[in-house]
Amino acid sequence: MAKLPPYATTGQRIWHYTFLVICGLIFFFLIAPIAVVIPLSFNAENFFTFTPEMLRLDPEGYSLKHYRDFFSNPDWQNALWNSIKIAPVATILSVSLGTLAAIGLSQPHVPARRAIMAILISPMIVPLIISAAGMYFFYSKINLAGTYWGVVLAHAALGIPFVIITVTATLVGFDRSLTRAAANMGADPVTTFFRVQMPLILPGVISGALFAFITSFDEVVVVIFVGSAKQQTLPWQMFTGLREQISPTILAVATILVAVSIVLLTIVELLRRRSERLRGMSPG
Amino acid sequence: MSDTTNTSGPVLAADGTPLKRSLAKALRRQKLRALLLIAPLLLFILISFILPIADMLYRSVENKIVVQTLPRSVEALSSWDANSGELPDEAVFAAMAADLKEASEAKTHTKVGSRLNYEYPGIASVFRKTGRKAKKFDIENGGPWKEELIDLDKDWADPGIWRTIQTYSPSVTSGYFLNAVDMRVGADGPEMRPESERIYMNLLVRTLWMSLLITFSCILLAYPVAWLLANLPTRQANLLMILVLLPFWTSLLVRTSAWKILLQQQGVINDILVWIGLVDDNARLIIINNQFGTIVAMTHILLPFMILPMYSVMQTIPPSYLRAAKSLGATDWTAFWRVYFPQTIPGIGAGSILVFILAIGYYITPALVGGTKGTFISNQIAFHISTSLNWGLASALGAILLAVVLVLYWAYDKIVGIDNVKLG
Repeated sequence: MAKLPPYATTGQRIWHYTFLVICGLIFFFLIAPIAVVIPLSFNAENFFTFTPEMLRLDPEGYSLKHYRDFFSNPDWQNALWNSIKIAPVATILSVSLGTLAAIGLSQPHVPARRAIMAILISPMIVPLIISAAGMYFFYSKINLAGTYWGVVLAHAALGIPFVIITVTATLVGFDRSLTRAAANMGADPVTTFFRVQMPLILPGVISGALFAFITSFDEVVVVIFVGSAKQQTLPWQMFTGLREQISPTILAVATILVAVSIVLLTIVELLRRRSERLRGMSPG
Repeated sequence: MSDTTNTSGPVLAADGTPLKRSLAKALRRQKLRALLLIAPLLLFILISFILPIADMLYRSVENKIVVQTLPRSVEALSSWDANSGELPDEAVFAAMAADLKEASEAKTHTKVGSRLNYEYPGIASVFRKTGRKAKKFDIENGGPWKEELIDLDKDWADPGIWRTIQTYSPSVTSGYFLNAVDMRVGADGPEMRPESERIYMNLLVRTLWMSLLITFSCILLAYPVAWLLANLPTRQANLLMILVLLPFWTSLLVRTSAWKILLQQQGVINDILVWIGLVDDNARLIIINNQFGTIVAMTHILLPFMILPMYSVMQTIPPSYLRAAKSLGATDWTAFWRVYFPQTIPGIGAGSILVFILAIGYYITPALVGGTKGTFISNQIAFHISTSLNWGLASALGAILLAVVLVLYWAYDKIVGIDNVKLG
């Protein structure tokens, strides 16, 4: 299908090109909504649609005012700072605990491995609103609701499945005789871990960390319930913005977030390819 | 070293212990070490995640407030026959007066009032009104309490109130769950609520139905794309893959706001339709704040979760199978339908369960683009947590949703295996 053989009939040719058009339309559907946001964020007016000036590519129609608003408005700045304060700490928590557990899980003899795995993956499967409800009720009881640490704990729990999945996937290809060789040469387990095992599974750990980071950075539902106004994060601010006074500044924020996700995606892809190459799983 | 030719005694390890025991010891140590590595995380998840969920489940049946606030009345009411149609006797009213006096001093009478109000609308105001006067009750010398209470609020003469208190006096109740499936405790056991008060079953059916529609449209859109990606040369496929992964990595809020902007009546899609003359300027389409808006936006958001599993399955199907089918005389369609399609079913299954699980629990997107007609059960749960404050009902609805998800999770584990979940 990817390439048309020279003996294809007219009907097959027509279907081939129709199919390519259909695929093109689906790709358009996937990417267009994200692409539209970017030019609209440079709108000189407070509209959510293309003005005639913008369509004529008149420089008058474009401006950076929404970006200026984002960087000068205290509400948005506050939200940005909260996001920056919460996400890395939650990431560190989930990565350190998650990597240890993934190494434990990949040992040859783990009792009740399936059950443990199911429990550790569950935060990804349970609908966010249920996690949010449970955490809100429970954290209120132990005075964690509405605090910084409450939100960090909740976000760390949500990020853990991603760390477990990516790190165990890297450990599948890990050659166990390397740690034995290190032990044989007199390295203690801690040295073996940091000097032999860690450098080899690092790509998996980093991409797990990025997943955990983006989970916390993008998360809205749990932070709305568990957090208080003091922990208002960027997505939360966007959520209230979209619900109440919808302002075009949201478009500028959205564009910045798209840029962030492009950077993260690039890093994850590079790491994935590097780790596949290292393990000889892919020729390129 | 033990001597392997010596068959009379057990095989010994280097330190002289029997090899079997020594191996068992090593295995035990290995297991212990694995568990020690897992333990901190397991503990963390149990405290920060599993315990809250368990607490929520408990909350969906917990009902201690009535017996704690009105202990004397609950005891006095236990011998009253609710079906007699008569009011309870003076002893019950006296117990209620004493309970109310105590409760109003502790300011808990309004709480129990609003708890009972979920089951019998109107009780809250009776408790509030009587509670205001209850502080001045003289339990020892006052009375008779039957007349006095009915004098304060004539609703005390309504046997329905007493029946409700009696029904909800146990510290565990099925009331929230019955409410969540549009039932209630009537005079003789559980019964359906009147037609006009049935909300939740409709909402649950709507959630499941819309999730099915979303899953189905995801299958339709993902299949051609996954096929194309699996059959292109690696370099081109990797390039096109970026178009799939970018939405996957983009913030949910960004994608939802993009749809909100596109679908508005003054938004980009309507503008284009008006500009090419398909739609009149005065009759712009309403494609947001309804079910259509929710389905379109959520299909877009969940599409990568369908493409990725399908792609990884299709990658493993050798293209020679199709060629073999065709060389044996199959038409293009037969070759696809009888040879290729059956092999892609595991991918479709994995993607569908994943998309369906994610869809039924969605909250943000339906809340922003769903209006009133396109909301899901999650939105009702959020409403009961933060607006109506009926946490018991929110928990019961959550428990039902959780049960549906867990069944699907179990099915996913059986079919795909949680170990095989891949990201990106």
